[in-house]
Formats: sequence, C-alpha cells, structure tokens
Amino acid sequence: MQTMAQITMRYLPLVLLALVWEAAARLHVVDTSALPPLSKVAVAWFDLMRDGELINNGAASLYRGSAGLLLAVIFGGGLGLWMARWRLLDVFVNPLVELFYPLPKSALIPVTVLWLGFGDGSKILLIFLGCMIPVTIGAYNGARGSDHVLVWSARSMGAGRLRMMWDVVVPSALPELLNGVRTALALAFILLVSSELIVSQKGFGYLIGYLGSTGSYEGMYAVVLTVAFLGFAADRFYQLLMQWLLQWRE
Amino acid sequence: MARVEDTSSLSAAEAVIARDAARRFDAVRRLDLVFRGGAGLFSILLLLVAWELFARSGKVTPFMLPAFSAVVERIYSDALTGDLWRNLGLTMYRALTGFVIAAVGGIALGALMSRNRIVRWFFDPIISVGFPMPKIAFLPIIILWLGLYDVSKISIVVFDAIFPVVTATLAGIAAVDTELIWSARNMGASERELMWQIKLPAALPQILTGLQVALPIALIVAIIAEMAMGGYGLGGAMMTASRFADSRGVFAGIVEIAIVGYALIKAMTLVRRRLLAWHEETAERT
Repeated sequence: MQTMAQITMRYLPLVLLALVWEAAARLHVVDTSALPPLSKVAVAWFDLMRDGELINNGAASLYRGSAGLLLAVIFGGGLGLWMARWRLLDVFVNPLVELFYPLPKSALIPVTVLWLGFGDGSKILLIFLGCMIPVTIGAYNGARGSDHVLVWSARSMGAGRLRMMWDVVVPSALPELLNGVRTALALAFILLVSSELIVSQKGFGYLIGYLGSTGSYEGMYAVVLTVAFLGFAADRFYQLLMQWLLQWRE
Repeated sequence: MARVEDTSSLSAAEAVIARDAARRFDAVRRLDLVFRGGAGLFSILLLLVAWELFARSGKVTPFMLPAFSAVVERIYSDALTGDLWRNLGLTMYRALTGFVIAAVGGIALGALMSRNRIVRWFFDPIISVGFPMPKIAFLPIIILWLGLYDVSKISIVVFDAIFPVVTATLAGIAAVDTELIWSARNMGASERELMWQIKLPAALPQILTGLQVALPIALIVAIIAEMAMGGYGLGGAMMTASRFADSRGVFAGIVEIAIVGYALIKAMTLVRRRLLAWHEETAERT
C-alpha cells in the first residue's frame, strides 16, 4: 500500500503546476484574459454549477456519449465474436473492418450532421460508428485466441451455439474485448467534445465554445478542466471495472 | 523455405519429405492468402456497388447519399482545379509536422525521464493524468493563445500525439534486458553510448508501437482542428461543404480522408518492418 506521504510526493508536481499558474496570472506575467488565475476559474466553476449550466449541458453530453458507446459495445462486440467463430463472415467482413479502421473518425462529423441534423441523434451515431471498430477488433482478436480444446469439449458435451458463445468464447475473449472498449471510451470522449465544439446547441463542447465566444474565459477554463477530469476519471474507473471483471483469471 | 534447407543432420530421404511437406504447406497458405485477398477485394467492390445502387434507387435523396460515381467525379474535378492538392497538402503538412515534433519530443522526454529521477518525478504524474484526458477540449484555449493559424493546429496535434510516444518510450526502455545493459557497461560504454546504442535500439519495437498509436491520433486531431477553425485543408473543406449543404463535397472529403489514413497507416507498417529487419518479429512474419 502507498502511504499518504508517497501519494502526496507523487502528485506534488501537479500542485506545483497549479501554483505556478496562479502566480503567473496574479503577477501579470501573462495576460490574464488569456490565462485567468486558477482561483477565479474555481469561482466560475461554482457559479456554473449553481445556475445549472454545467449540469444541464453535462447531462446532454453524458447521455449522448453513453448511448453511442453502449451501441458500439453491443454491436461491435457481437460482430467481432461472430467474425471469429464464422469463417465466411470473417472472410467478407474483415476487409471492410480493415478498410474503415484507419479512417480518421473525425471525418464522420459532417456526414452525421447531414443525416441527422444538429441534435442528439447525430452525436450518438457518430460515437457509435467511431467506437464500433476498436471494440470489433478487440472481440475478434480475443475470440480467435480462445482455446480450441475448450470449444471442442464444450461442443462434445452438447453445448449449443449461443450457450458456447456465452460460456466459453466470451470469457476467453474478455481481456482483449475489454481493452478494445477502453480505446473506444477514450475515442468517445474525443468525438463527443469535438462534435459538440464544431456543431451543437448543447453539451460540454457547446458550452466551451459559447463561453469562449462571449469572452468569459474563466468559465471556459472551468468547463475545459471539468471535461478533462471526467475523461481521466472515466478511464480510471473503467480500469477498476476491468480488474474486477477479470478477477477470476489468476 | 530456408528453415527446411538447414537439415544437414537429417538423412537425405527425410530432408526430401520435409521439404515436400513444407512446400505443400506453403502452397496451401498461399492459396488461402489469395482467397482471402480476392474475397477482400470482392467485398470492398460489393460495398461500392451497393452504395451506387442504393443511391440511385430513389430510396434516399442525393442530398443524403450522393452516388459513388458522382463523388468520384467530384474528386476528379477537384484534382483538376488543384483544390484537392492544396487541401491535401495542408492537412498532411499540419498532421505530419505535429506528428514528427511529437515523435522526436516524446522519445527525447521518455529517454530523459528514464535517466533522470527529478525529470521523471516531475513528468510522471503529468503524463499519467494527461494521457487519458480528452485533450481536444483544450482546443479553444490553444486558439485563444495562438490564434487561428497553423501554429495552433500543429500545437494541438503535438499536445495530443505526444502522450503515447512518451509512455511507449518509457515502457520500452524499462523493459530492456538488464544483462544487455550490464554487459555494455562492462565493456566500458558511457551513459550516452548506452542510451543511443543499447537502450533506444532495444526499445525500438515498443517505441514504434507508440508511434503507430500516435499517427492516427495526429490525423484525427488535425482534421478536427481544421473543422473547428475553418479555412483550407481537408477538414475545413468538408465543413464548408456541409455548411452549403453540398453533400457531394462532404462525401468526397470522407473518401479522400479515408485514402490518406489508409496510406499513412500502411506506410507506417512498412517503416516498422524496415527498421526492425533485424528483430525476430519481422522474421516470424515471412
């Protein structure tokens, strides 16, 4: 176990950075409109929380992000598992996966807007399409590595297709599948924030853009830091979830 | 094949059998590759034909989905007027400049962190907290500081692409065989020689993996920055097309960006194979 002192020592550089930020802004080393003091950013954060702006826009973003990611995990994971089990699907779909894998996903932003407009639908579709491929690849690689002996013995003991999928293939594919979902989680945040920055009427990205264009930079910094923190927290939380899900393996 | 040739200890007959078996195995594998390659081309063609037919069927308006042929026509005419090359050149310039800065800076920072305890103490929490953050959210701040020009686009690319390079370099150097380092030290290598001639080459596979993660990030971010700031470049052109409800322009942009992404990633794989020609990973693949 890490002691309190060790943890403090480890994260001390972040505290130092925050102090340098505050000092640089207070002593006017830098222009305060470009870099407002951290304490003022904190005040702006509480203001945004109190009048509900941060919560309302955050809820919109959270809904879009989790809906898109959930669809990507269900469909992407399913596709990857079936591709690994069914050769014909593999031969014909794998080239398409390989074709779309290197596509910089941000290129899909204008198309989803063209199809579904500025609202929730276009963001959910964007995140679904963008996040599906890493999940598919993770599920596929994981399921292909599953032990043939296990599959054969399950089959000889009379397991049906679905039963075997759930009891044998999914557990053995889980580590790589979960890693694919982790990539997708990071990608979901990037796509969410950037699409909201570029075209949106609510959400974190919209709020950042709006506060920036009205010149309330303290508020803009507060929202940017909130999003950055949420992305970091989501990843840490997901890592804990992964550990818990993979406990049985050792 | 070389594996089978090297059978001096076997009797002549056994060698012949082994060679035949290996040949048959190679032939089967080649057939499988040809089959897979053929099926791959076939399914991509099928997708394009389905796109064309669906777009022409009248079930969707050309605004929602222009025909593939119309999109190709658009790309062709953009290529003739030179718009395509200007946009493509600018996007590549921004993405690749950012990528190269992130690569050099990331490897340098990773190497420094592995050598110097104070540098490591300072940057370690910044890297581990910063890596999972959606750094694209900082784009408006970077615009505020650096304006709407190339400097800010390249800066956000560097800011996003550097993290995987640093972590890969650190992990790669940490995993270098200690016996390798001891023997080099024993033979009188200085710290500088140790880094350049032992640690970095030995860590190269992992560093290249980090670069392979960073390259698509650089491209994604360059395009987002262009979309957010407007102007020339593939992302900016797509955004302009989308504002004027010019859906052919939007789909032309997707096809162009897809081709660029595919080409860059393939090129990176080739660079990897070339740089790691000495590594056992390359030998396994042939």
